[in-house]
Amino acid sequence: MTAAPTRTRKSPRRQKLEAAVNYPLDWLEERSGLVGGIRYFLFRKVPGDTNWFHTLGSATLTAFLVQAITGVILAMYYQPDPSTAYRSINHITNDLTLGWLVRGMHKWGASVFIILLFFHMARVFLFGAYKYPRELNWIVGVLLLVFGMLEGFTGYLLPWDQTAYWATVVGINLNGTAPILGPFLADFLRGGAEIGGDTLSRFYSLHMLLIPGAIFALIGLHLYLVVRLGVSSPPWSREAAGGGDYPATPPSTNGRSGLTQPTARSGWRRNGGES
Amino acid sequence: MEPQHGDRPHLPGPSLYPIGFAVGVACILVGLIVNPKLIAPIGAAIAIVFGFLWARDATMDYRREPEPIEPERGEPPVPDAPPIPAHRGEAAMPEPEPGERFPRSRFLEASTLGLGAVIGGLVTVPVVGFMVVPAFKGQGYPDVDLGPLDNFPEGKWLITTFYMHPEAGNVSRRTAYIRNNGQLNGEPSFTIISNRCAHLGCPVQPNGPVQPADKKQVTPGEKGQKVTLLPTIPAGGFGCPCHGGQYDPEGNRTAGPPVRALDRYEFSIVDGHLVLGKPFSVSHVDGEGKNAKIHKYKLAGPGQHVDGWEQILYPIQPPH
Repeated sequence: MTAAPTRTRKSPRRQKLEAAVNYPLDWLEERSGLVGGIRYFLFRKVPGDTNWFHTLGSATLTAFLVQAITGVILAMYYQPDPSTAYRSINHITNDLTLGWLVRGMHKWGASVFIILLFFHMARVFLFGAYKYPRELNWIVGVLLLVFGMLEGFTGYLLPWDQTAYWATVVGINLNGTAPILGPFLADFLRGGAEIGGDTLSRFYSLHMLLIPGAIFALIGLHLYLVVRLGVSSPPWSREAAGGGDYPATPPSTNGRSGLTQPTARSGWRRNGGES
Repeated sequence: MEPQHGDRPHLPGPSLYPIGFAVGVACILVGLIVNPKLIAPIGAAIAIVFGFLWARDATMDYRREPEPIEPERGEPPVPDAPPIPAHRGEAAMPEPEPGERFPRSRFLEASTLGLGAVIGGLVTVPVVGFMVVPAFKGQGYPDVDLGPLDNFPEGKWLITTFYMHPEAGNVSRRTAYIRNNGQLNGEPSFTIISNRCAHLGCPVQPNGPVQPADKKQVTPGEKGQKVTLLPTIPAGGFGCPCHGGQYDPEGNRTAGPPVRALDRYEFSIVDGHLVLGKPFSVSHVDGEGKNAKIHKYKLAGPGQHVDGWEQILYPIQPPH
């Protein structure tokens, strides 16, 4: 164990500069604790042998954020009305600057989101990362999968072309074949006995307000649980097993299958910048 | 083994109340089908009474005065430790009096949560009602005037396209296959088959030539809704492009995934015009033409059985 090297003395000019940079951060930290919270999130301990497979969750989150942002912009031009919906989609794709790109990002990004979601799910399953104490996070993840599928189902109708219309007819009638409550579920989804203008605006509202809101809330819970419970080691981890190449240095986990104990908050500059 | 001190079983004793509750719920469900005005309320009363007794029974442990818990180990508790105030300089809340079973703090906690739940419920009920109920009210199939009978020559199939709700535009355009069967007991007879596939609702197509040269368009109604008549010869019956369901010319399923025959429409003759009525579901049709025996059922969604044992899966249809 070598002592930490002592800091060289800073020039007054540099000290002033640092103070100027730190002042707004300190102001924010003192009033909200946000800076410390973000530092805690970014610099929390994870097992030393995490790998690229562990980035699939972040990739899925990124894909969802792309969907959210492109969707908000598309909603500025789209008109959820049976007589104008298809025309407005045409207008977005063919007339508006970069409309083809943003609509393409939203359309293809939807598939990317679902594919990444399944890859992420496969990683968690194959690594056994759904086991105690992370069962609840698996359940939240499955709910996210269900809501993701619902986004796909409701979004597919919005272009209001022949594919969209008949795919939705079939999809709603599939729901209608569920026992007992199926016929009522189908009428609820259609907003009536037949597909019409109410169906389109209903799907639009579900697609851009209700389901994304639920997804955002569940992602918040999902991430909270990830931070609280820590990241799991891969199943081949020798570090988590407490042997192998890591006897000398203190492990970054507590040696129990990657269960990282959340350390105390780092207290960003709480002691006058001594930290 | 003799249970040790403090090692009492945690499971509640068996209770008959849940069974009574279940009987009540079953009675409601049966009553909704058999007699919604008499049997269902009786079931509701049974369910409420047994539900109340069950809830009383289940929460008995919580409402009883709590037994003092012995600490597992460590120092014995200091009996006269002063209560800790919530804020510095303030007097702490007084300990509950001995024998006081429902302290003020618990009342405040319960009333805060309860009031919040009541307010939330009052706001939610109309909102959810607005979301759900309109889908089930005022749903129906209006009569549609298809034009004079002369346009329907005897024995010929016509692909008839019409507007169910002309004010809603193209989204309400529907298609039926219509054949004039001639006279039956002095009344005109028509076969009017819906093009909605009985599998999952795609539009079935005629298996045979279509004659676009003889296409006819009429505007019979007062609202100016168009009706298109396109002759066809569906010698091979009808087929669905989506999943391959096949039907004979009477609409009976011959192959593929559909669970019943094609739906049909009622019709009437008003002032020499053919007027389309309500659609209904058909399990199968015996015979053909004007002598066909149609096994008629209330309109059901595609993919839903109307006969056989599977019909118990769809006991109630939404009103329309």
